[in-house]
Amino acid sequence: MRFHYLALPLVAALMVAVPTQARTIKIEAGAADANEKLQEALIVAQPGDVVELGAGTWHLTDGLSLDVANVTIRGAGTGEGGSILDFTGQQGAGEGLLVTSDDVFLTNFAVLNSKGDGIKSKGADRIVYHKLRVEWTAGPKETNGAYGIYPVESSDVLIDSVYVRGASDAGIYVGQSKNIVVRDSIATENVAGIEIENSYDADVHDNIATKNTGGILVFDLPSLPMQGGHNVRVFDNDVNDNSTPNFAPKGNIVASVPTGTGVLIMANRHVEIFDNDFDQNGTANVMIVGYRYEHKDPKYQPLPRQIVVRDNVHGKAGYAPAFDGGTQIAAAFGGAIPPVLWDGAGEDVIVLDKVGVLSLNLPDVATPRDQAKPAPADLSKGTPPAALPGITLPEAMEAKVK
Amino acid sequence: MKRVFAALAAALLCASGSSAVVVPVPEPDQSVIEGSVLPPKLSAFRLFWPDSSQPLESLTPYTLRTALFSDYTEKHRMFWIPKGRKASVAADGGIAFPVGSIIVKSFGWPDVNGGRPVETRLLIHRAEGWVALPYIWDADGKDATLALGGRRVAVSFKSPDGETHDIRYAVPNKNQCKECHSLSGEIVPIGPKARNFVLPAGATDYWRGITFDKPAALKPVMPQWDDPKSGSVADRARAYLDVNCAHCHNPAGSASNSGLFLRWTDDPTTVNYGIGKRPTAAGRGSGGMDFAIAPGDPDHSYMIYRLESTDAGIAMPEVGRSTVHKEGAALLRQWIAEMPKASH
Repeated sequence: MRFHYLALPLVAALMVAVPTQARTIKIEAGAADANEKLQEALIVAQPGDVVELGAGTWHLTDGLSLDVANVTIRGAGTGEGGSILDFTGQQGAGEGLLVTSDDVFLTNFAVLNSKGDGIKSKGADRIVYHKLRVEWTAGPKETNGAYGIYPVESSDVLIDSVYVRGASDAGIYVGQSKNIVVRDSIATENVAGIEIENSYDADVHDNIATKNTGGILVFDLPSLPMQGGHNVRVFDNDVNDNSTPNFAPKGNIVASVPTGTGVLIMANRHVEIFDNDFDQNGTANVMIVGYRYEHKDPKYQPLPRQIVVRDNVHGKAGYAPAFDGGTQIAAAFGGAIPPVLWDGAGEDVIVLDKVGVLSLNLPDVATPRDQAKPAPADLSKGTPPAALPGITLPEAMEAKVK
Repeated sequence: MKRVFAALAAALLCASGSSAVVVPVPEPDQSVIEGSVLPPKLSAFRLFWPDSSQPLESLTPYTLRTALFSDYTEKHRMFWIPKGRKASVAADGGIAFPVGSIIVKSFGWPDVNGGRPVETRLLIHRAEGWVALPYIWDADGKDATLALGGRRVAVSFKSPDGETHDIRYAVPNKNQCKECHSLSGEIVPIGPKARNFVLPAGATDYWRGITFDKPAALKPVMPQWDDPKSGSVADRARAYLDVNCAHCHNPAGSASNSGLFLRWTDDPTTVNYGIGKRPTAAGRGSGGMDFAIAPGDPDHSYMIYRLESTDAGIAMPEVGRSTVHKEGAALLRQWIAEMPKASH
């Protein structure tokens, strides 16, 4: 009797827990109407389904979109012989692939040469980007799309083992989101390699940011629905040779990033930069600045606050400072400016690395830059804020990439 | 499509002339509207006379004071509310159609396929919410086929200024329907709002009373964008932005993250209306310019740049437009040019 009492609820629980049979919908690249079939598959998919992309190349004329929760899009690889979504002939839509549903897993395919952004996800919580290649194959060009991988307005975002090249704004861009991990990825020949903007709680680690204009950016901008970016850790990254001349269309904020920037922090609170390996960043390995444009947003906080730079390895830096007056300042410093550059604005900016810091001594963001009074600064005396805890993502997200 | 209207008018005249014979007016198939299937053929809904694109008289045609530009298509809009149910008009002018309603919009050009519609889009209010479905008319014009994945259709037409356009017109896929018809992630109708919604002249007070809970609130106060008598340049520009942009550019819409909000009710003097607003995620949509709207300077306002582009990645709106709406862009140019120049 006792056995039966135990067994019955178990059976009942199983019946509830087992969903209707999840399907795998396989789409082949070479088929007639391959584009429509692919989009239709993304529309008729049910939660739990896998849309499997065969090996080969789709020549897409319109953007694709997914609006069904808990769907996996899985390809056969990101390189030659893989699953390639080629948007060279795209005629419409603002991105190659748009995801607007929760719990989506994107893995093992490539998105090439989209006219706008590569892959965008908006309001898509718990999204996982894994083993993807988003590339503009002609390399840096102003006519390339803005963002390669672009989650926005989302909670719980994982970007793992992706490769992004050629974005005319940011290769990996996370905007207006919370609880974010960007790891084990490569961003190269973008204007910004990786950018965390107007977001809360992010870990950016074990990435390679090389040959961009700027390697890793942590920004906050005014007049947006979510602002007040804070709690960002940038650690264990290789940030080197970010030497590509800025090719962003003018007007965009990243068009102001000096060529040769390693990590750039603008107007954020509580950012930790540690255990990174910096080398060959001609302007600076680390730059910390306020938002120096006019704005009319009384809620906006333009200053960097509680910034900690510690335990990084600094190779060569500051030998080609690409901002107005940089060459003269470098000459005054014997050919290169110190590897850490601060515009002088903000509170509790702390640099514990044993390298020089150059301050432009412009504490008021309204002061024009031509009034800079560059001088070495010692930022090692303050008390660092308590270390941020690491980001924990829901276990189901981590399980997808194991 | 004019021919369709003419045929419809003729049918109505015949109907009124043959009052001696009582023929029940056919009605849509309510079981299909409120069911759960996505019928592969449009005829399943019984919205049109058999083997034709001529709508049933039981559907109510309506127009909008200012309409969304869609490649110079003529649009024929209709709705159906099942008997015994009413649409309610909210304080903000939104019209809430009851479950079982269907909104039908056919798109065509007078000089394409003899004016027959190319596509018909449905918004169906089911118990679980609104469903948006695109149908493309078959070559013989007798029925239309569901195109969940959308399609590009080659068409050649003349715009009102006489220019010939050869385009690959984009019939939206089901998801793209939602990109525009989205509020906080749910599908909603966007056209029918009290301020913009015009019922046919013959709609009687009795009919209005059984169809809407507050028929007196249906006052189309918004200007007609291309009729100078209906409002100032600024007001007509705002009407144009409300209808063409604000379905995405509002705090719960697809462009919520942009911080650019262009509803009729938004303050047109602020950064969030585009005045002195720097690009956020515009990419090459900025066109090398600093501001969405630079007062007094349309040539340096990237809002204009994006409206005048057909390049995916630059063009706004992002879906539903393969040609430039020159007349609409001209209105916005005039509006910006007449703004006093200000220091930003």
